[in-house]
Amino acid sequence: MKIKYFTFFSFTIISLSTNAQIDPSLLRRIPIDTTKTLLNMDAIYNRPALQAGKLPISLGGYVETNWQHVGTDGVSEGHQFQFRRLSIFIASSISKQIKFLSEIEFEPAEKEISVEYAAIDVTFHPLLNLRSGIIVNPIGAFNQNHDGPKWEFTDRPIAATQMLPVTWSNAGFGLYGKYYKKDWMFGYEFYLTGGFNNSIIENNQNKTFLPAAKEDAKRFEKSASGKPLVTGKIAVKNSNVGEIGLSYMGGIYNKFQEDGLVLDKKRRCDVFGIDFNTSIKKTKTNIISEWAWIFVDIPATYTQQFGNKQRGGFIDIVQPFFKHKISGWDNAVVNFACRLEYVDWNVGKFIQTKGNIGDDLWSVVPAVSFRPNSLTIFRLNYRIQKQRDLLGNPPANTAGFSIGISTYF
Amino acid sequence: MKQLHFVTGLIIGLVVLVVSCLKLQPAAPAQDQILDGPVDGLTFAQNAQHRRGDAAFTGEIFTKKTGLGPIFVATSCGSCHAGEGKGHPFSTLTRFGQIDSMGNQFLNMGGPQLQDRALPGFTPEQIPAGATFAKFLPPSNTGLGFLELVSDADILAMSDPTDTNADGIKGVPNWNNIPSFITPNLNAATRNGKYICRFGKKGSTYNLLQQTASAYNQDIGITTSFIPKDVYDGVTIEPEIPTNIVNDVLFYLQTLRAPIRRNQNNADVIAGKQLFISTNCAGCHKPELKTGFSTIDALSYKTFAPYTDLLLHDMGAGLDDGYTEGTAITSAWKTPPLWGLGLAPNSQGGQYFLLHDGRAKSISEAIQLHGGEATNAKNNFNALNENERQKILTFLKSL
Repeated sequence: MKIKYFTFFSFTIISLSTNAQIDPSLLRRIPIDTTKTLLNMDAIYNRPALQAGKLPISLGGYVETNWQHVGTDGVSEGHQFQFRRLSIFIASSISKQIKFLSEIEFEPAEKEISVEYAAIDVTFHPLLNLRSGIIVNPIGAFNQNHDGPKWEFTDRPIAATQMLPVTWSNAGFGLYGKYYKKDWMFGYEFYLTGGFNNSIIENNQNKTFLPAAKEDAKRFEKSASGKPLVTGKIAVKNSNVGEIGLSYMGGIYNKFQEDGLVLDKKRRCDVFGIDFNTSIKKTKTNIISEWAWIFVDIPATYTQQFGNKQRGGFIDIVQPFFKHKISGWDNAVVNFACRLEYVDWNVGKFIQTKGNIGDDLWSVVPAVSFRPNSLTIFRLNYRIQKQRDLLGNPPANTAGFSIGISTYF
Repeated sequence: MKQLHFVTGLIIGLVVLVVSCLKLQPAAPAQDQILDGPVDGLTFAQNAQHRRGDAAFTGEIFTKKTGLGPIFVATSCGSCHAGEGKGHPFSTLTRFGQIDSMGNQFLNMGGPQLQDRALPGFTPEQIPAGATFAKFLPPSNTGLGFLELVSDADILAMSDPTDTNADGIKGVPNWNNIPSFITPNLNAATRNGKYICRFGKKGSTYNLLQQTASAYNQDIGITTSFIPKDVYDGVTIEPEIPTNIVNDVLFYLQTLRAPIRRNQNNADVIAGKQLFISTNCAGCHKPELKTGFSTIDALSYKTFAPYTDLLLHDMGAGLDDGYTEGTAITSAWKTPPLWGLGLAPNSQGGQYFLLHDGRAKSISEAIQLHGGEATNAKNNFNALNENERQKILTFLKSL
């Protein structure tokens, strides 16, 4: 017993003394770069982090937690307390031209711990960088720029998570680069990675559902089709106008052969995205938008339940309303915001009736956010949503409040 | 002090928000506007089983991994029965092969049901050369438990095979063989080893267990302990869903409530009902039936208004698709229940698809396509003035 107490006492003393050696002043916060020379593609690296002394590693992350009370047609699950995710970033500058960043995400509700990003970047020239590892495919803007504290809304855009597969990352490599002159910037990215699999048309969502491919963790080791998923994006920004990005992601998604035997024809999945963001200087209004089209080659003898065309997107309008010192927080900001979103999971007409296929959704989310500092956000959202089934029957009406906190650390 | 006011105001605001959040959510649709929901009077345990069945019926989507197909018609029960209402031509079934009561001669060629869809890499079934076929629109599921409990004696009492009252309406039950996993009801009527069947467009299915197991097998390609043969190759395999799930779905179907009438006290509806009876539409679409004993108290000895007689009627050459089941002739169809008719567009994508294959796009068109034993009733309807016809339509939409 005495040994136990001694051990406990010793451990406590050692722990305390160890803690005492971590001088907060040695922890150097690496702030977010707010210069105008950034594009959306820089979001991966442009995150706040802490560096201890001369350690070559910086650490960071963010956390998101919510309360929500949402109901659909008179049925509600009641008060829901949600711990959405905890993301941890680990970055290291190995040398002046080689750096590494990883993002590990914990999503308790999904019972999931995933490496969302872990890539080595090698710079040869600002216009020629090699990236290799687990890469976040640059389709649209949200996939690369998905950190909770950056957004005024507790939920990620439906088009991004339920149509596009945010956060969608794969093992692969590619090139990227940037060039800027005066007010103009140009960036490109081009990657070859692993990709989708049959689950995008064989899933329990009863619809063509690209996010189903995320459940296959083997994709980081083995591509289902054996063919690369090609992802490319170009972006142009004028600091007075805004940034527009055009992106593409596509490839063979199905396992068309196994052990040399042909099982099916090669079937493609192609995604086209366009994103635009700007800030209106006069009113300081921020506008962020994204739209995507998806085309999937589905066997004609399958069921039209699984659409071969999808489209959807969102637009966020954020208006700073009040900027002041509040409760000890300098430069605290209150924003009004609104998100409009739309998804059509099955664009087309029924073979049998020539009538339009439903399976669509639109939503409006007015919001108030409070940013006590640049790292933390408190959000109050109210969602109004209508969703129609495949046949286009009267929509299910959903509405409700959510309150959330998200912060970098 | 300002900070205190700010924090206090914030806290009060949030408390008000949390307390009032229910007020700002969409209200439930009126019960008479929807078709799903359990019958009144179930016990807690029965409600729980109904809920489990609902989850399996409407929520379980089958995939290759969970046994779908490989040839199939739909990926889930809910694909064909949106909101438990009438189906849409998207999920129409095709049956082929049988032209008379001698049985289906194409069972060894994939009959009786066509699986017209297939997983990638597989080829859907084709209708064999020489086989006739008919297309069946999925029916509404509501109130099936009540229909299942109508006694054979009551069905036979409504039958008039020799048209003794000379109204042109005969009406006969569909006598059919039943599969070995079905236990006939106590006091079941029999004829030459065949039983009175009552479910399906041709009234060829005995009860809801047969309907459920057949639908899993023929519609989705799922084997059960009741029908363990794979629909693709006919090989007996392990059940792809457990028997308790089939039982839950069965219980769900048995305990789905009947549609609730709307505008019953409207003068036009009342007048329309009288005209519906006087034109002898009610000769087949019987306004009132009653259940017998059930182990589910909520269904036992109830009077209900399905507007069917559960009998087969010759509907004339216009509705003769050259295919049949059981002892029905090819032009004979079981009288479809009319309850829920007014809500059909809510499950059919906003418009009507009526009659057995959805060929009628309105109630009026459906009436005009009636022939055979229904000719007199149709003529009576057509002899009414426009105002009277509208009252019948208003009444039908109130069902």
